[in-house]
Amino acid sequence: MAKAAAYGGSWAHDYDDIFERKWSFRMTPWRAIGLAIVGVMLFAAIYRLLFGLGAATNLNDRWPWGLWIGFDVLTGVALAGGGFTTCFLVHVLHIKDWKPIARATALTSLIGYLLVLGGLFLDIGRWYNFWRPFLVYAGSWHSVLFEVFWCVSLYTMVQLLEFGHVVFERVKSPGFKRFFDAILVPMYIFGIILPTLHQSSLGSLYLVAVNRLDPLWWSILIPVFFLLSAVFVGPAMATVEGALAATAYRREFELDVLQSFVRVSAVVMSVYLLLKGIDLVYRGQIGHLFDGSFTSNMFLLEIVGGVIIPLIMYLSPSVRRSKAGLITASALVVAGVIFNRFNVVFTGMAKWANFHYFPSWMELSVSIGLVTLGILAYCFVVENFPVLYDEHRHQYVPVR
Amino acid sequence: MSYALLFDVTKCIGCRACQVACKEYNRLPLDDQRDRRYPKETWDKQAPLTANTWLRINAHLVEKNGRVEWRFVRHSCFHCQYPACESACFAHAFYKTPEGPVLYHAYRCVGCRYCMLACPFGIPKYQWSEVFPEVRKCIMCYKRVNQGAPPACVGACPTGAITFGDRDAMLREAHRRIEESPERYINYVYGEKEVGGTSLFYVSDVPFEKLGLPTIERGEIGTEPIPHITHKVLKWTLPIAFTWGAVLTALYFATRQKGEEEH
Ligand code: SF4
Ligand code: SF4
Repeated sequence: MAKAAAYGGSWAHDYDDIFERKWSFRMTPWRAIGLAIVGVMLFAAIYRLLFGLGAATNLNDRWPWGLWIGFDVLTGVALAGGGFTTCFLVHVLHIKDWKPIARATALTSLIGYLLVLGGLFLDIGRWYNFWRPFLVYAGSWHSVLFEVFWCVSLYTMVQLLEFGHVVFERVKSPGFKRFFDAILVPMYIFGIILPTLHQSSLGSLYLVAVNRLDPLWWSILIPVFFLLSAVFVGPAMATVEGALAATAYRREFELDVLQSFVRVSAVVMSVYLLLKGIDLVYRGQIGHLFDGSFTSNMFLLEIVGGVIIPLIMYLSPSVRRSKAGLITASALVVAGVIFNRFNVVFTGMAKWANFHYFPSWMELSVSIGLVTLGILAYCFVVENFPVLYDEHRHQYVPVR
Repeated sequence: MSYALLFDVTKCIGCRACQVACKEYNRLPLDDQRDRRYPKETWDKQAPLTANTWLRINAHLVEKNGRVEWRFVRHSCFHCQYPACESACFAHAFYKTPEGPVLYHAYRCVGCRYCMLACPFGIPKYQWSEVFPEVRKCIMCYKRVNQGAPPACVGACPTGAITFGDRDAMLREAHRRIEESPERYINYVYGEKEVGGTSLFYVSDVPFEKLGLPTIERGEIGTEPIPHITHKVLKWTLPIAFTWGAVLTALYFATRQKGEEEH
């Protein structure tokens, strides 16, 4: 404590002391396997950059967008949506109850976005030109992708700046610490505006597929649906991560915080469900909904399995307050959102594409590798920076 | 002056002279027939366009007055009045020229392939075998058109199935043909209403859905320009950003407790 005061009193705790003044990344067999997967990904990535998209992927003229856009980008950004939801509740509305998990969700979000940018970079055919859309050409702002590109890049930047606050709680550099603390509040605000815009715009990307994307998913409201689902998947994702982190680090599962946090999901999911219903009725798609086709069954599976069932589970206090119930429901929500993005990219477009596509092993290895890299990065950060909160000690604690 | 093409299905004999002329004039190589990435040509010689085939005549067997007959249909870029490809591109690589053709600046292209997803006719195609592929499609022989000369395909057609000229004149010509022989033509000019109008029109004696074209009737294409649909949503971006920013700032200060430090 005395040492903290010597640094101008801006630290409540001396985190370098708490982290035993050591940087560590413990090697375990699982992590070795993880690194090997990342190695395969690096090979595939380099191969793709050197020999082109056609050589590395199974994309074709009928499926210009495949796994990398569907999973790495659309799903990745959605699952990282917990960051801005939590930021809004904890840092803007100042709801203290959920503060203990704010840093962990912010970290997942940051890592998620970095991976999304990586995936996007691999997916663009002329990668040396990746910076081009930053130049504003007359007319380029008519593109939804233009907005997505700007917002995602800026938001990743904002998140890095936000995270400086955490990094310099441990790394001692008073100047940086003061700088990152000073910009924190504006970063919180930008860090909510930007994802609000691009989470919805990711849905708007498919507005151009009017009359081609199956009407169960195509709607002028698709941006709203993408935004709402990114919001309600946040607490669910935080729960799944919390459960994983608890197992991996033999910590206590933050049941209390999380079961109260998912009530936010429940509210947003109800709104989502209601809007979906109104939208389908308004566009006269109820008949299509129950026509027994593959598309409609996929849609029903998504809505019933990924929204309705977990919503009921969340709404029933006894299920929500049990560890197993909470985790199961949250896993369903996460799976439902993944399923939704895949349905938009693949199921809904299949009839129009009228041709086969299945990702090549390189596409798969990059997607799997990016997720693995994310997990390893998460482990490194929580083991070395004040991210995970201990409710009994009222401070962030090292996990190893 | 804006130009357009008019294709008359009743006049096409399927000789594919236009297709050859297009390949020759634009120096387009053969597609590698071994590449599994491209759907095989069907027995009646239907196949999609590719990065090296900007124009194709596809054959369709149709039933007419109790008889089975061949019809041959041109497939190429429609050079839309409100091109979805242009509005989709975040580097503005695609652009509509005042002369009508929709062109592409390769140097700007990032290779995201959003244009391919955006085009309602599925026209732009990718050079999958290249390390740094370009998106390619019909350019309405811009260099020729720019000097008032018709595209290569037009000059090659022995039956005059494809004609070229001022867009309004072409549209009038299409309607004149229908009016002159209503017993011969379906009373519809394809391309007049589709996605807000195109620069390639079709007149035909058999319904368009039998010719592999997406029709409004069957809900496969709309009449509203696609850029207008995205604009309906995109126009809210800045208003939402500013309002939301103001609301967030207000909420932040309203809920902050005294002496609270951010961490
Ligand atoms: S047909 Fe497709 S590629 Fe051609 S101008 Fe229209 S939107 Fe663009
Ligand atoms: S692939 Fe190229 S031309 Fe097409 S939208 Fe992307 S940047 Fe624009």
